[in-house]
Amino acid sequence: MGATGYPVAGRDGLAVLDAEEIRRALTRIAHEILERTHGGDEVVLLGIPTRGVPLAHRLAARIGEFEGLEVPCGSLDVTMHRDDLRLRPARALGRTDLPPSGVDGKTVVLVDDVLYSGRTVRAALDALTDLGRPRAVQLAVLVDRGHRELPIRADYVGKNLPTSQREVVHVLLAEVDAQDAVMIGDEGRPS
Amino acid sequence: MKRHLISAADLSRGDALLILDTAEELASLADRPIKKLPTLRGRTVVNLFFEDSTRTRISFEAAAKRLSADVINFSAKGSSVAKGESLKDTALTLEAMGADAVVIRHSASGAAHRLAGWVRGSVVNAGDGTHEHPTQALLDAFTIRRKLRAASGRGAGLDGIRVTIVGDVLHSRVARSNVLLLSTLGAEVTLAAPPTLLPLAVDTWPCAVSYGLDTELPKSDVVMMLRVQQERMTDAYFPSVREYSRRYGLDAARMARLPDHAIVLHPGPMNRGVEIAAEVADSARSMIVEQVANGVTTRMAVLYLLLGGTEFPEVAS
Repeated sequence: MGATGYPVAGRDGLAVLDAEEIRRALTRIAHEILERTHGGDEVVLLGIPTRGVPLAHRLAARIGEFEGLEVPCGSLDVTMHRDDLRLRPARALGRTDLPPSGVDGKTVVLVDDVLYSGRTVRAALDALTDLGRPRAVQLAVLVDRGHRELPIRADYVGKNLPTSQREVVHVLLAEVDAQDAVMIGDEGRPS
Repeated sequence: MKRHLISAADLSRGDALLILDTAEELASLADRPIKKLPTLRGRTVVNLFFEDSTRTRISFEAAAKRLSADVINFSAKGSSVAKGESLKDTALTLEAMGADAVVIRHSASGAAHRLAGWVRGSVVNAGDGTHEHPTQALLDAFTIRRKLRAASGRGAGLDGIRVTIVGDVLHSRVARSNVLLLSTLGAEVTLAAPPTLLPLAVDTWPCAVSYGLDTELPKSDVVMMLRVQQERMTDAYFPSVREYSRRYGLDAARMARLPDHAIVLHPGPMNRGVEIAAEVADSARSMIVEQVANGVTTRMAVLYLLLGGTEFPEVAS
């Protein structure tokens, strides 16, 4: 999914977080990760493509600023582990890129843009199992919009956003979409 | 993508790039402790081989197993039943077993196409007579892109890469599929072969033709040597194997005339000393081992894109 055809703030929906608010939310999450993991030792950040990956890198940069700590950062594609593969034509794969230190014995923080049904995170947990055995797995999301279909919750949340299932939440990030914003629109359930 | 993979001509540039990009992501699987994905769990892939093959069958089997599909190997070698009839009967048997994909190799050109009309699942052509072998072309394209376009990464084609395909083009399904696919991807393909080993309608193919190898070498980024298929030769196509080897074989002296970055491909199995000299086959330019490893990865990508989505994928997203 590229920048083309992606919604524009004001035209296609209501912006609920602007660039400044996203920056503050990520700063807070970075602090929380440091707190909860006792200084960020042995932490690995893994972003879920597409937009979880730039978020993971931003968190790693923040933690670097605060503590002078270099947190290994990578990406984890979950496509091959999804439970809804057969509902749509086969889709292109994202990138899985593990830091050289691997995930064995580490505290892995999965990073994604929106937490919704929880099915993506379930797939991510399966994908992670095939890559190694982390000491613990945590979840950081920029937006939690509710409507979980599985017993999954986030450890770090940028913003809780009560939504109806008919609404669509779009996260726009400068790295992918040329601007930072979280938008909510009314377009039926996102695919 | 279409439901079947019968010919490299079925693939648009977008389809081909989707397969190569998918293969690129799947390649990292080989370095992981668990080389398996759950994606095709519960799907059945039948390997239907009417002709001898080790590497292609094993490659498809490994690819399907790494995607957790169930694999049934059906080796029909030595069957004395008339070809058309037996193929249809076999197709009905497979149909009854509920095969989601059939990988077929057959000595008759067009067998895969016929089979596609009889079964519900996807048909993947693993070589039909002297017609086509599209997954070989895909793995060759993947090998070339990884080696010569590594920096461009995903979405890159083979634009401007000069590929010379040498030898027994007449009997080679690999050559036909490669000409079609590589030209779709933007490569400039030249066939170098004796006139007797070129097919009749070669002037309609999207490639150039040369009767000599030596003139093509200095301007080739990739040289693909074809096996001399003596088992398919019913006529005298060249005076002697030794003369063929001297004019069209790739030896160390010829290899030295290639540009520094050029690579050598061979679909295997090799006739060492005929079309390729041992010191070339074992040199650093030779991609023959990489081709085998890339074969599994590329076939995984094909099986995933044909079977991984909805029951009958009409278009890929």
